[in-house]
Amino acid sequence: MKKVAVFRREHFNAAHRLFNPAWDDGKNAEVFGKCSNPHYHGHNYELVVKVVGVPDPDTGYVMDMKVLSAITAEEVLARFDHKNLNLDTEFFRDLNPTAEHIAIVIYDLLRARIDQGLELRVRLYETERNFVEYPA
Amino acid sequence: MVYLTRLEHFNAAHKLYNPGWDREKNEAVFGKCANENWHGHNYELHVTIKGDPDPDTGFVFDVKRLGEIIREHVIEKLDHKNLNLDVDFMRGKQCSTENLAVGIWNELQQHLPADICLHLVKLYETPRIYVEYLGP
Repeated sequence: MKKVAVFRREHFNAAHRLFNPAWDDGKNAEVFGKCSNPHYHGHNYELVVKVVGVPDPDTGYVMDMKVLSAITAEEVLARFDHKNLNLDTEFFRDLNPTAEHIAIVIYDLLRARIDQGLELRVRLYETERNFVEYPA
Repeated sequence: MVYLTRLEHFNAAHKLYNPGWDREKNEAVFGKCANENWHGHNYELHVTIKGDPDPDTGFVFDVKRLGEIIREHVIEKLDHKNLNLDVDFMRGKQCSTENLAVGIWNELQQHLPADICLHLVKLYETPRIYVEYLGP
């Protein structure tokens, strides 16, 4: 069985701050530095979704990329694009919106919509030089 | 005449919002960029100066010094900040990429040596959107 990986790239812009509510402002500033600015800062996030499987004998597709694109738009872009991750999304009210946590949240949202027979991995770029991958 | 360019980058939150308009009009004009709770970008800044290379050094200007001036007077004020709330030279102005490029030009002009001719401020808001300002 010849497995193939297919990738879809998307992007979204969002504001956030790194903040642990269990710590006071001093400790947050000490640990997270300028990333903890109470007025927020922001990024152009780039998301790469990887789906692995055996191409379907009828279509030749691992997954229809139009469907993957639509699912990513609905589950991720509609929730995160031009939003404040801390204030405007339900996921980061009590979860620090680090790139690591954002990747896990995105994976869970997509996993629920993609055929369980296909492997899924997400890579999230916070800047061109800082990126994370889940699952590791 | 030789043109010398230095690249720097910063991350910031902002929103597009005209306080003279009501919420509905702001959303009609600025769309999701008017999100009340901000969004953000990875900005990339290109600063170009022009001049004749010095006969002794071969430099138009010491590019290391140019980088220090940009970082001290521009990047320090913008990086991991909220452009609408945290930046003195953007106070009372619409935080569009256009206005930000003009603001950066004005800051640099004040701090570059008098004999250095600033040629271009090119500012990327996303990899696909950028503005250029060539001065007044």
